[in-house]
Amino acid sequence: MPLMNMENDYNRFRQIIKGKIKENLRKYISNGEMIGRKGKELVSIPLPQIDIPRFRFGDNGQGGAGQGDGEPGEPLSQGDGEEGEGQAGNEPGAHVREVELTMDELAEILGEELELPNIEPRGKKEIVSHKDRYTGIRRVGPESLRHHKRTFKEALKRQIISGQFNVEKPRIVPIRDDYRYRSWKTTTKPESNAVIIYMMDVSGSMWEEQKEIVRLETFWIDTWLHYQYKGLKTRYIVHDARAYEVDRETFFTLKENGGTVISTAYELALKIIEKDYPVDEWNIYAFHFSDGDNWSRDDNKYCLELLRDHLLPRVNMFGYGQVESTYGSGEFYDYLEEHLGDDDRLILSQIPDKEAIYDSIKDFLGKGK
Amino acid sequence: MSVTQKDILALQPEIEELARSYGLDFFPVIFELVDYDTMNQLAAYGGFPIRYPHWRFGMEYDQLSKGYRYGLQKIYEMVINTNPCYAYLMDVNALVDQKLVMAHVYAHCDFFKNNFYFSHTNRKMIDEMANHAIRVRRYIDRFGLETVENFIDVCLSLENLIDYHSPYIKRKGDNREVSDNGAPKPRIKKLKSKKYMEKFINPPEFIEAQKKKLEEEKPEHLSYPAQPERDVLLFLLEHAPLENWQRDVLGIIREEAYYFAPQGMTKIMNEGWATYWHATMMTRNLLHPKEVVDYAEHHSGTVANHPGRLNPYRIGYLLFQDIEDRWNKGKFGKEWEECDDWREKKNWDKQLGLGRQKIFEVRKLYNDVTFIDTFLTEEFAREHKLFSFAYNKENKRYEIESREFHLIKQRLLQSLTNMGQPIIEVVEANYKNRGELFLKHKFEGVELHVQYARDTMRNLFHLWKRPVNIQTIVNEKPVILSFNGQDYHEVEIEEA
Repeated sequence: MPLMNMENDYNRFRQIIKGKIKENLRKYISNGEMIGRKGKELVSIPLPQIDIPRFRFGDNGQGGAGQGDGEPGEPLSQGDGEEGEGQAGNEPGAHVREVELTMDELAEILGEELELPNIEPRGKKEIVSHKDRYTGIRRVGPESLRHHKRTFKEALKRQIISGQFNVEKPRIVPIRDDYRYRSWKTTTKPESNAVIIYMMDVSGSMWEEQKEIVRLETFWIDTWLHYQYKGLKTRYIVHDARAYEVDRETFFTLKENGGTVISTAYELALKIIEKDYPVDEWNIYAFHFSDGDNWSRDDNKYCLELLRDHLLPRVNMFGYGQVESTYGSGEFYDYLEEHLGDDDRLILSQIPDKEAIYDSIKDFLGKGK
Repeated sequence: MSVTQKDILALQPEIEELARSYGLDFFPVIFELVDYDTMNQLAAYGGFPIRYPHWRFGMEYDQLSKGYRYGLQKIYEMVINTNPCYAYLMDVNALVDQKLVMAHVYAHCDFFKNNFYFSHTNRKMIDEMANHAIRVRRYIDRFGLETVENFIDVCLSLENLIDYHSPYIKRKGDNREVSDNGAPKPRIKKLKSKKYMEKFINPPEFIEAQKKKLEEEKPEHLSYPAQPERDVLLFLLEHAPLENWQRDVLGIIREEAYYFAPQGMTKIMNEGWATYWHATMMTRNLLHPKEVVDYAEHHSGTVANHPGRLNPYRIGYLLFQDIEDRWNKGKFGKEWEECDDWREKKNWDKQLGLGRQKIFEVRKLYNDVTFIDTFLTEEFAREHKLFSFAYNKENKRYEIESREFHLIKQRLLQSLTNMGQPIIEVVEANYKNRGELFLKHKFEGVELHVQYARDTMRNLFHLWKRPVNIQTIVNEKPVILSFNGQDYHEVEIEEA
């Protein structure tokens, strides 16, 4: 007795949630609430205003009765007040409810709200996915896959042709030859592979606040590119005066005190690409975040060469995101703008504060590359 | 080791007969075995297979499914108050669980049939709900999903503003006869007379003079409603400027709220009663020796004491046991109350054997508030380690407040009164002589959640279409909160 209406009510609920998230997307993007709530495939989002408001007692006003040991003055364990008889609950603020979305749903919302174009993958496609579908019929197969209706039809046909069929007494007995089985076809779906190489300046002039911005940016870039490419890989490079490849955890936590030589990161990225990601098989994305304060003008020049002659020809896009810091001069942005501003494989974006993340994501992903 | 519908049908006559032999009196019960997903869907719909379309059912279902998936909760049974009584059982449960649950269901059904607070409920509610669904669907076809849905959201927001006791009592202001200007018509006292004597006994001049006098004495300002109206939904139905379909939808929401209200008003009793009976029937009759361990596990889960809070199954069950014991031993009445020798009290046994009779009487006449008020004793509170708790503002946490009996009882009753919801009445529908709605929160120590109150007022405005005011207490000061369709205002006032 499945209830036919529930599907509608449930879908309507999901639709409403998605609408609310979309409305508040800018806020979600800049305050980063979602990041800590991301599981493997689901993200849990605190959603205001989905509950139906009623006249009710305020938080923490109402006491109640309980049962158990303890002296007056001892605290109740967490949530006791909430579950007490007829209790109002002690959750803070206005009606907030946690809802869960899949990462794909979140990406869809991001795409719709920021009007992101789908990405046209380039290069040769690497075959990655196989799918089995029952599409055909054959004469041999396991009994569990026997197609009763087809088998019956075959037997009927044979008996009619051979004159054994008696309308008065229709008895159909299939013989070995009549048996039909379902058969499957393996379809291979060509999918494009993609890799993101994130680079970040971890020199002394990059503070927590700047790194937080980078963390938020990468979360949304990841979400979008994951949605576009199923086989997405991510590599992380940090640099000060030297560059290292690190894991994701380290990427966001490492803090160095050295100076900044950006070219070291570009060299390392190039090395990784040459070693692991043949250009004709991979869609390559590189993002570099820095406060724009490079060691020397000479290094700026070297960076330019690396970008123009080696990196840009190999990648779908190269994003440079410049966060603002009190200590950074921010000159690297201007330098790139001046020399490579016309190259549409290079996307430059300035991210002075968290509020700017929304537009910066649009800068980076809005070209559909 | 799951069970089939056939097993249930085979068990049913035995359990039904047994329940009857104990004196339980119920509507016919129809058991349906359902899988967890159907169970979650039914639970989201409050047990009814067909409800009007609304997203919140989807939300409930989402929560229940999540709870089940993560192993946080599992619904063993669901029974609805109808005649015949439908009971849904979860198909994956073992036979011993089903026995327990079926015994439990018969007791619930007995409670539905006999408890006074259910006496006005519509026992054909399955059909009624389906009719509601059809009507709402028709409105959706005519006026569009969003229009109707938004209106239902508004109504649901006010759903708790009903008079939970109105079905059982006659309130003073029930005489709704009013004159054109909104005030009750004043009457002129006439003396009784035969018709032909009328103009001598009640001379027309005198009547005229009386009329005039009444007219003069008429108070300058009459408030409407004459008596504060606690059934705010009814008041809106009768007086808010609504379109016909809106009135119908509001009526539907109100009818369903009244239908579900007794279940909230008797949660402790109803669950206690059902638990008392499943325990009695299982241990005395139904339990097979090899099932004892499984039974014990299930039963102890039902009545488990969750540290620091009250489990309605447990407290109800223990109280029914306590009442039975007290009336068996004669631990009640003047003599018992006046005895202050604890030793004598401890060994008190007048061998009256009135326990069973008494609990049947209790299940008929009481609701949770009167049940706790009458039968929660100091001895019981001490034996079962009850305490009261309150929020400590300094430490920002809930703390055990006291083990004093009167405080425990007070807190418990407070949390049950009006189903733990603020009491709010319509006091004046022509406030400031500008057709504004004026509500009053009957303050009983706990303040309203201001944010929720504001959002709810917005919804009230949506129906009333004139400014909405509510008198309440905010931060320990009497205030009037107002919403005029655009802004909120808060004005401190003198008297509470």
